[in-house]
Amino acid sequence: MPDQTAGRHADTPANEQAAWRRSARLTINGADYTVDVETRATLLDTLRDELGLTGAKLGCDMGQCGACTVLVDGAPMYGCLLLTIEQEGRAITTIEGLAAAGELDPIQRVMIEQDALQCGFCTSGQALAMKALFDHEPHPSDEEIDRALAGNLCRCGAYVKLRAAARSLAGR
Amino acid sequence: MPIRIVTTRVEFEGVVYEQRVVMEGDEPEVWGADAELRVVGKPIPRVDGRERATGAAQYSYDMLLPGLLVTAGLRSPHPHARIARVDTARAEAAPGVRAVYTRFNTPDLVHPASGRPIFAEEVVHQGQEVAIALAETRQQAIEALRLITVEYEPLPFVVDPEAAIAPDAPRVYSERERNQISDEFPKTYERGDVAAGFAEAEVITETRFTTAANLHNSLETHGGVAQWDGHTLTLWSSTQDIFGARQQIANALKLHQNQVHVIKRYMGGGFGSKIGAGNAGIIAAWAAQKLGRPVKYMFSREEENLAAGYREPTAQSYRLGAKRDGTLTALELRSLGNLGAWGGWYPPVSLPAKEMYLCPNVRTVDTGALTNLGTFASFRAPGVVEGISGLEVALDDLARALHMDPLALRRKNYAPHYQVLDQPYAVKTLLTAYDQAAERIDWASRDAEERRYPRGRASTLRRGVGMASQLWGGDGGPPAQAIAKVLPDGSAVIMTGTQDIGTGTRTVLSQIASEELGIPMSAIRVELGETEFGVFSPASGGSMTLASVGPAVRMAALAARREMLEIISHLAEAPVDALDVREGVIVNRETGKDMDSIGSYLSLLEGHEVTARGMRGPNADGVIVRTFGVQFAEVEVDIATGVTRVLRIVAAHDCGRIVNPLTFSSQIEGGIIQGLGMALFEQRIVDERLGVSVNPNLGDYKVPTIRDIPQIEIISVGAANELANTIGALGAGEPPIIPTAGAIANAVAHAIGRPVTGLPLTPDRVLALLNDH
Repeated sequence: MPDQTAGRHADTPANEQAAWRRSARLTINGADYTVDVETRATLLDTLRDELGLTGAKLGCDMGQCGACTVLVDGAPMYGCLLLTIEQEGRAITTIEGLAAAGELDPIQRVMIEQDALQCGFCTSGQALAMKALFDHEPHPSDEEIDRALAGNLCRCGAYVKLRAAARSLAGR
Repeated sequence: MPIRIVTTRVEFEGVVYEQRVVMEGDEPEVWGADAELRVVGKPIPRVDGRERATGAAQYSYDMLLPGLLVTAGLRSPHPHARIARVDTARAEAAPGVRAVYTRFNTPDLVHPASGRPIFAEEVVHQGQEVAIALAETRQQAIEALRLITVEYEPLPFVVDPEAAIAPDAPRVYSERERNQISDEFPKTYERGDVAAGFAEAEVITETRFTTAANLHNSLETHGGVAQWDGHTLTLWSSTQDIFGARQQIANALKLHQNQVHVIKRYMGGGFGSKIGAGNAGIIAAWAAQKLGRPVKYMFSREEENLAAGYREPTAQSYRLGAKRDGTLTALELRSLGNLGAWGGWYPPVSLPAKEMYLCPNVRTVDTGALTNLGTFASFRAPGVVEGISGLEVALDDLARALHMDPLALRRKNYAPHYQVLDQPYAVKTLLTAYDQAAERIDWASRDAEERRYPRGRASTLRRGVGMASQLWGGDGGPPAQAIAKVLPDGSAVIMTGTQDIGTGTRTVLSQIASEELGIPMSAIRVELGETEFGVFSPASGGSMTLASVGPAVRMAALAARREMLEIISHLAEAPVDALDVREGVIVNRETGKDMDSIGSYLSLLEGHEVTARGMRGPNADGVIVRTFGVQFAEVEVDIATGVTRVLRIVAAHDCGRIVNPLTFSSQIEGGIIQGLGMALFEQRIVDERLGVSVNPNLGDYKVPTIRDIPQIEIISVGAANELANTIGALGAGEPPIIPTAGAIANAVAHAIGRPVTGLPLTPDRVLALLNDH
């Protein structure tokens, strides 16, 4: 993939290009990006506001809800708690990377079939938390399923069907 | 087409009003209970599941526009104060900051509910707007807030509702004469002779029960993105009510409604709190006009939990009189609700007391207190959840006093008709629901030793089973309109102005349209969430959506089908009565043979679109339509720690015809899970000395996680409700949350052998109940 320079603020006036900005090379869904960001920028803000990858949601901005979950080197992490400039050299997967070729991941397919989503705002995070679980353990127990998804709040209460979807992916 | 105007009765969240409805033509006959339907009634996955599961669905929060400015809000840390001075100079000079607004430069911005300025001199609750900063990035806007200095002059405040209604209480804001929502309050309802009813009673019980302030905590916060194009505004608003939002914005900014285009394609939850555009929408629209750039204002989680509403906390005092055999002779309820600073209305906390059980002598007195807290907002079955919780706990207290089985007490006082207006219910299947759910939970063995003490009496684990009944409206009503179009290729578009707030509206409307059009769902697109389509739908609240918009879609689809077949009968030179349509193919009824696809005929006309309108007709006169149901809960309490676990919920509900059993069950489960949170965890905690909330976040305010979820079993006891509307379906959004907390509370009381006095049943509260004897 070619290197892409992105960011809405490329045209920000020079007097605001303070020293606390720097560029970072990120690997997201298999593609390389170079972004020019504030050093304090979170990965979530960079994904959403600079790169237009809006599948990860901002629900609380303090690591309490899980709507911003992304995979970092395969592990589920809260994007609102990560600094963008610290993600160089790590492989980041967002929900947009799960069905990148247009083909749904089996996790997404089963979540849709079993209605394991309602408003959908937490769904990206739930799907990625589940992806990390199944990549690590293809036949998780009920306890492992609950533990893997316990950091992702769903206010609509799709939990019953999230469990059912995970069980069916586990072959039960 | 001849136009008629019909006056009809509509109920929204327990409030009944008269509505005039314009009818163009007649509604079709109702789909009866025995109607043979191909698509309606099937468990079909959501038509927009792919968008939601891939991150492609665009929520208001996701609108990225060139030149977008981001807003952050500074809010009052005080419950009541005068803002003497604000220094914004440093914030305005900070990198990326384009504007800072306070009360000193926003004279024309008015709060729609109170009529007072949004940025006021006198702030009347913690979390009220003081200033906003607009900047190029979110971090810059947040940083700017830290550079604003505000000089507050604190004023006397009151946050406790009892204290607020005392004559000498500080006034919530200076122009109020008393801290009650209106002159109507305290508001009394009375029927029969309550004194005689208590005199006649052989047993009298008293129950005092409190419910907490529950925060909606929709994962997508309130707000919107505003963009002007000349004199026209587009607002991507996180709202349950695009037409209400349009009206609010037009009023606030003094615009014609045709200058305001509101869009809400996807939304991250609302649960009643997002009726209208809200302050954030108004501010975004105003600032975008002022600055000539698109503006986003979405609340932070803390702003959401301080200023976007909550379920009003209540204190309810019940007095019940009964004969020894359980027959109720008198019922009295005094309710006190804490409605926050503006109030607005008092949800129907006393509705269950008036209606749920048969009792000739009833008095309810509601007091709606104003306090220096953010204003409450409707929350999924507002009032009725609180009222059922209190009433059902009071019924169990009475059952204990009578040494009577709690379910037998409910059956004894079954109300066969609507007692408030002395009218019949269209359908009431509650006795069937009791039977089926009681059998499923094995109610008969609830007192068995091995069930109560699963690990023996030496263990600290105790189990209990409790139940609570439910009632709610949900029959919908006018006005709601729809347009059905069949395009030249035989595909169809359904256009309505409703919202899909996560309930599956697009899917059920597509099913209804497919049923009537004879076109497969894969060739139907349902458009909603845009005021520009010009077809009005009501707010998605009050369990109104399906029962209001569904019949409008059905009427539109049926009319489009008629017109389509008429056109094709000319093209195919066949009598129209001989034509039918199945799966997008025209069929000759007489020969039974397939002819050709819809598209192969309509495409001959080069661009003719079949277009038809439908509308929701009036409600039936003289009957009351209700959803009824019951839930049973089984819990396990550790009496050493006070920790309660819900093991199982059995829910039996009558919501009329179930259009989609898959999304229906999701609604029921979601309601139960929110009810479970209300029962065990959820409470805003206010420091009464300071008048501020101490837990406006998702760490200290606990909502259920997947680990808290019990086994949930759902029984649908209903069939098409033929008096409700032409599809026979009732809303299912609110009914399932109504009885959950009451059932869990009664199960906890059963487990620990002590009456319960309030929610949530946190470990400290359970231990206090255990130590209270």
